[in-house]
Amino acid sequence: MKNSIEIRDLSLNFGAVKVLTDLNLDIQDGEFLVLLGASGCGKSTLLNCIAGLLDVSGGQIFINGDNVTWKEPKERGIGMVFQSYALYPQMTVEGNLSFGLKNSKVPKDEIEKKIAHAAGILQIESLLKRKPGELSGGQRQRVAIGRALVREVEVFLFDEPLSNLDAKLRADLRVEIKRLHQKLKNTMIYVTHDQIEAMTLADRIAIMKDGLVQQLDDPRTIYNNPVNKYVAGFIGSPGMNFLDGQLKAGEPASFKMAEGSVDLTNYAFQQSFTDGQKVTFGIRPEHIVVGDEASEMPFSQEVEVEIIEPMGSDTLVWTKLNNQDFRFMLDGQIAINTGDKVNIGFDPKISSIFDEATELRV
Amino acid sequence: MMNEPYGPRPGKILNPTRIMVYGVLIVAAIYYLLPLYIMITTSMKGLPEIRMGNIFALPVEVTFAPWAKAWDSACTGLYCEGLKTGFWNSVIITIPSVIVSIAIASVNGYALSNWKFKGSEVFFTILIFGSFIPFQVMLYPLVIVTRELGIFGSLWGIIFIHTIFGMPILTLLFRNYFASLPEELFKAARVDGAGFWGIFFKIMVPMSVPIFVVAVILQITGIWNDFLFGVVFAGTENFPMTVQLNNIVNSKQGVTEYNVNMAATILTGAVPLIVYFLSGKYFVRGIAAGAVKG
Ligand SMILES: Nc1ncnc2c1ncn2[C@@H]1O[C@H](COP(=O)(O)OP(=O)(O)O)[C@@H](O)[C@H]1O
Ligand SMILES: [Mg+2]
Repeated sequence: MKNSIEIRDLSLNFGAVKVLTDLNLDIQDGEFLVLLGASGCGKSTLLNCIAGLLDVSGGQIFINGDNVTWKEPKERGIGMVFQSYALYPQMTVEGNLSFGLKNSKVPKDEIEKKIAHAAGILQIESLLKRKPGELSGGQRQRVAIGRALVREVEVFLFDEPLSNLDAKLRADLRVEIKRLHQKLKNTMIYVTHDQIEAMTLADRIAIMKDGLVQQLDDPRTIYNNPVNKYVAGFIGSPGMNFLDGQLKAGEPASFKMAEGSVDLTNYAFQQSFTDGQKVTFGIRPEHIVVGDEASEMPFSQEVEVEIIEPMGSDTLVWTKLNNQDFRFMLDGQIAINTGDKVNIGFDPKISSIFDEATELRV
Repeated sequence: MMNEPYGPRPGKILNPTRIMVYGVLIVAAIYYLLPLYIMITTSMKGLPEIRMGNIFALPVEVTFAPWAKAWDSACTGLYCEGLKTGFWNSVIITIPSVIVSIAIASVNGYALSNWKFKGSEVFFTILIFGSFIPFQVMLYPLVIVTRELGIFGSLWGIIFIHTIFGMPILTLLFRNYFASLPEELFKAARVDGAGFWGIFFKIMVPMSVPIFVVAVILQITGIWNDFLFGVVFAGTENFPMTVQLNNIVNSKQGVTEYNVNMAATILTGAVPLIVYFLSGKYFVRGIAAGAVKG
């Protein structure tokens, strides 16, 4: 498949502060790529570089094979949607939608056609004569998306478009953005710090930290096979459990903690390891089984319930394993109380092991 | 329920701090209003009544003759035309100076806040530093500059000078205001293909009415009240109202007509006063808006 966007050795500094260093990224044609990372890791900066709103300090950017590194935003075939909506306050919705078209001298009747088309897709026909101040947050963001839509751009750039909306609206608009992508099949780059948004929307997720892409994979791979401890901890809610210990070579290999050890027959090692290597063992709360089933697992142990957090469909249970906090998910219908003793177990097949020093997957 | 406070919310009481604040405010108000009171009453008295010496008394016989004389026929050392020539001169100086200085400063401020270029911060610092240099230091060099340009002692000369001297403060005002507008709007407009001027006229200016109002008020009052530049750069036939007022008040011929002088002074101050009264609300609002971000 051909690449829509190629980023080569991109660097960006704000004065002495290096925000992006030698970043490489290929985005395929029609792909929905999510840039995910904690606040301040350089996601917006990267997106602004792609849009042409920031002058890069080094490297090159190609869009559809074109070197656009030093081109103006309008020459790049991109549309952008911002967190704060960024609608022009003194213009009506119609004025907002037509602004870009007028700037590129599109004839009047054609502008009207395009606006009608975009308004139909986004269901904002009834709002065209209103000013942004008279719209709700959700409506504003639709208009902002419409502004990119009318210009029929090749690439959509979203910078945390849903962060200013309340939870319910966020979920609704998320689905609409997904629907829009399925309909238009444009390349979309979507910045968020919300892993649910990332998981639900993305064809591929690029997880960023300190201006570097940590992992670029489809959501399932990122969830199941995080390349390092940071990615493992960032993806998943509630977060992954981590246990400290060391690896023991042998047949079978095992993970040895202060209390007990885990048989690693089923674990697919991706790197060789040394006997006694200090590692962190990660297992997700939703991968823990409880009760009779637990005894059939390669690892099982009885633990005492410390805190329960009922969440409706599930209950999150806090306990201690190896003297470390350990959480597991339980069907919300099962009655459980603090102080109860329960038998828990898991299969290392779906666990992740990271070197303690490098934090890379073993 | 029982432990919650109940009953109507207590009203604000006059505590000592409040009395102090009001006291200071009242004294300050009297301090400024008393001269105005004396000016207005004196301007409506005849000369014999003034000579009786009670400056605080209301006029016994109200007359507007001093006002008419101040406007139409009061004498400077040379002519007896009153203030009216000076008034129109001031109008002719003020309007283009206000327009030109604000037009240039707003674009300056916009460029400095949104189109940062290498050295833009240094440029800005120098510009601001310029506002701390006393006028007197620059007076003679500017006389030479305007003379070389061939505009010394002309309308263009004085407009040029007002534009230059308005630049630091106005640029600061506009830059800060534009910097307080959301950056994403500017970015959105760039993505939408608008250029330097397109963004300025279609996006920034429509959102900046308050700061333009502030700038207009600042400039009208500043330029109208100017004396020094007017007397140096405008040339005799273009002397603004302030200069003419001075010449009337200081003319040494005959008896000193206090009532005419008072009327002339009020007439000269009337324009800034009216501008303040009509737009004070915008002024405060705009200044506050511009001050948010540095
Ligand atoms: N204009 C700027 N000047 C200086 N530093 C900046 C500027 N914009 C962003 N930064 C810094 O760059 C880093 C990345 O910012 P950003 O890309 O906005 O992060 P994100 O969008 O991932 O939250 C942050 O540490 C931020 O402080
Ligand atoms: Mg951001």
